[in-house]
Amino acid sequence: MIRTPLRPLARILPARDKGENPDAIERENIRKRHVEMEGKARNRAEGRLLVLGVFFFGAFTVVGARMGHLATTEPAEPVATINGAAIAAQRADIVDRHGRILATNFETHSLYAQPPQMVDAEAAAKGLAAIFPDLEEAELLKDFTGKRKFIWVKRRISPEQKQAVHDIGDPGLLFGPREMRLYPNGPVAAHVLGGAGFGKEGVRSAEVIGVAGVEKKFDDYLRDPANGNKPLELSLDLSIQAASERVLLGGMKLMNAKGATSILLDVHTGEVISMVSLPDFDPNDRPRPPTEGDDPSVSPLFNRAVQGVYELGSTFKIFAAAQAVDLGLVNRDTIIDTAGPMKIGGHRIGEFQNKNYGKLSVSDIIVKSSNRGTGRLALQIGTKRQKAFLGSLGMYDPTPVEIVEASGGQPLVPERWTDLSSVTISYGHGISTTAMHLAAGYAAIANGGNYVSPTILKKSGPQYGPRVMSRQAADAARHMLRKVVKTGTASFGEVPGYAVGGKTGTADKPKPRGGYYDDKVIATFASIFPSHDPKYVLIVTLDEPSVMAYREERRTAGWTAVPVAAEMIGRVAPLLGLRPDVEPGQVAGITLVNN
Amino acid sequence: MTEMVYGAVPKRAGEPILPKWWRTLDKWSMTCVLILFAIGLLLGLAASPPLASRNGFAPFHYVERQAIFGGAAILAMLLTSMMSPTLVRRLAVLGFIFAFIAMALLPFLGTDFGKGAVRWYSLGFASVQPSEFLKPGFVVVAAWMMAASQQIHGPPGTTWSFILCTLIVGMLVMQPDFGQACLVLFGWGVMYFVAGAPMVLLLGMAGLVVLGGTIAYSSSEHFARRIDGFLNPDVDPTTQMGYATNAIQEGGLFGVGVGEGQVKWSLPDAHTDFIIAVAAEEYGLILVLIVILLYTSIVVRSLLRLMRERDPFIRLAGTGLACMFGVQAMINMGVAVRLLPAKGMTLPFVSYGGSSLIAGGIAVGMLLAFTRTRPQGEIADLLGGRG
Repeated sequence: MIRTPLRPLARILPARDKGENPDAIERENIRKRHVEMEGKARNRAEGRLLVLGVFFFGAFTVVGARMGHLATTEPAEPVATINGAAIAAQRADIVDRHGRILATNFETHSLYAQPPQMVDAEAAAKGLAAIFPDLEEAELLKDFTGKRKFIWVKRRISPEQKQAVHDIGDPGLLFGPREMRLYPNGPVAAHVLGGAGFGKEGVRSAEVIGVAGVEKKFDDYLRDPANGNKPLELSLDLSIQAASERVLLGGMKLMNAKGATSILLDVHTGEVISMVSLPDFDPNDRPRPPTEGDDPSVSPLFNRAVQGVYELGSTFKIFAAAQAVDLGLVNRDTIIDTAGPMKIGGHRIGEFQNKNYGKLSVSDIIVKSSNRGTGRLALQIGTKRQKAFLGSLGMYDPTPVEIVEASGGQPLVPERWTDLSSVTISYGHGISTTAMHLAAGYAAIANGGNYVSPTILKKSGPQYGPRVMSRQAADAARHMLRKVVKTGTASFGEVPGYAVGGKTGTADKPKPRGGYYDDKVIATFASIFPSHDPKYVLIVTLDEPSVMAYREERRTAGWTAVPVAAEMIGRVAPLLGLRPDVEPGQVAGITLVNN
Repeated sequence: MTEMVYGAVPKRAGEPILPKWWRTLDKWSMTCVLILFAIGLLLGLAASPPLASRNGFAPFHYVERQAIFGGAAILAMLLTSMMSPTLVRRLAVLGFIFAFIAMALLPFLGTDFGKGAVRWYSLGFASVQPSEFLKPGFVVVAAWMMAASQQIHGPPGTTWSFILCTLIVGMLVMQPDFGQACLVLFGWGVMYFVAGAPMVLLLGMAGLVVLGGTIAYSSSEHFARRIDGFLNPDVDPTTQMGYATNAIQEGGLFGVGVGEGQVKWSLPDAHTDFIIAVAAEEYGLILVLIVILLYTSIVVRSLLRLMRERDPFIRLAGTGLACMFGVQAMINMGVAVRLLPAKGMTLPFVSYGGSSLIAGGIAVGMLLAFTRTRPQGEIADLLGGRG
């Protein structure tokens, strides 16, 4: 390799001496170097340009080859495929305690139109209007001939309707598979199940989401594919639920009530065996929610059992009696003076129909439902202890039942708990709770003194919570309840063989602007059966019942709620597997004589 | 005598423009371009009547417009190809500045024609897409800068051109127009490659492009849907891709016959992005292969001619223009055969479109100007043993 000597000034110095401009020499040098560099750069670029040329040649060859490959393959029958993210639509079933289906999924189709692909918009509109009576031909035609490129015609159609639409034969009418939620039992257990609707909606599938009830509460569980389609097991018993609904509906009509609710609770496990709220609805076709301003409790969507917060009246008396026994203040036979007048904080405490019972045993206070009697017990117990006791029965918080609506059943409790509050609350006024709260309270008495938290899910065994009263107190209360049915206000509640015990409650309905109605009541019967070994609590509540009996308009629970409850127990107790406790007695009114 | 009285007829330096042009021109490439344009008109006759009827024009409204714009484009091409590289560079730099400003003002003055991207200026009788004019201008400016950076004491032109490139790509992404952005980026990359980019850097940049694509995929719904549609092995027959694939298959080797095609009725972009599908359906594989051959010969011939070019500016600018031209055609056809994800890109000279035609004419004119035969100092090479 020949190197030029590193003598940059070799030519410049003599040039300066001669008076020439050395810049010219510098420029000449730079020009030479440029020529050299250009040559080198060209050599390098030559290779790279060749690479590029080969790349383009190759790429175009590939495109051409691919084109040739495509052109020589037969066009395949177009098959619609899922593009992009599919919406997971599989939703777990809901079953009752015996595995009978309460909610399941059903394959159906939605119908949509793509007007640009339509052959004969007029015929399509006409055909659709003939198949679906609720569609207007003129409006369809307007949609089909307008600017829109995509129109939902029907969200859900039946297989027969699908075939009919198919027969129209227009390529612009298309079907998207849909998975819809089906409630095969119609309105049975409607309030528990709630309902489901479509969430995100695509052409090829739509998301099914729960909108109410357990469907909404357990939405995540039901939608989670990780659960492997394991159904959600509820504590409900479908046949008992259905029977309860029939009886309650009949009772509601007979008693001219505008609403009714019943709850059947297992006292050991807290499982809700049936829960009815009337009027009801069909979850397959959920009505629209009530508009703003209307009374929500009028809507059939309103779940009276867990949302309806009312003063439940004398049914609360048993709590005062049970606590008094529990604290050792009294026993069943302790005599309490219930004579009037009784004035607390400037208010007179009166009895039903201004009766005056005089001296009564604790049992008889419950049996005759004496306000002053329980008031005196409450005064003995004292505000603080009464408050704590009702708290331990869960009377201050919404019930823990796993239905979204349950969280709306916030009880109303006095802000300042005075002696007067104590007395009124002892007979169920001044505190408003739901029927479910009452059921939980009675369950604690019935199971021997343990709080159980009501649940809608199937449990495998007793679920005792903390003890809230002694067994003795619970037994005493149980006896009193039995006596109420045997000889007291709930005598219509006797069901032969099932030893029903219970307490009636008739509370005047409050007016929206304060004060109480004279002629509107909430009639409640809270019962336990069989009372020697209680297994179930049944609460029946009628809203504004009124019945003519013995030439008198009667509204009290003993005339309204109790007979309905008795009928219900008579129907459901055999279904529950309870053996009627029939006393061996005279089989018939005649004696067989052997002549 | 005459000479004594009137003076000698001044001698022109060099030979007259037209003969010189004709002698040095890459006549093959120009012929290819003209044939492409003719094919474009032919396909326009087939592909555009549905659009015309949808927009309420006479059936061949768009063909007429195509012919007018095409005439203008060819004129522009011829004029540009007659210029000297220096003149081309000067005009292109001016044009670039103009187009750059126009594009910067798009968000304020442009329209989107209801297509979701602000890319156009509406001039009433026609719409102009400044990015189409920006591309060739950018190539020339970047080539100039890069060439300058190769001079001793030259400016850091490569860095400048990269900054400019990033700026333009950013503006295009904002529109959003990922296709043009990729094209600009690609053009710059190719020029940098030919200008002597270090290999390590090239690999690094390839990595960056992948990264950028990933980010665009995860952040832009528009972009992600197209990629998903591409990666999905089954083609949905109701998408543009599905129609295009079906059309190519229907066409087979010799096509279903002139005017018998169906795809033009269902594809909204039959006259622009998917014109090759129309060609394949009506005229068959034969025409498609001819089109591919034409593009290949233009690009490869230009690149080969540039191999012997000594002037770095001419070489770089020529490379950029040829590659952009080729890649645009390649992407357009690659999309139609599902080699590439769906991307709206026109087929140069064949697709309908005023701006793209005229800009394409100018770009090819520049390319022809750069690939003209000129003395490369071969004798000096031989004598001096350089090379």
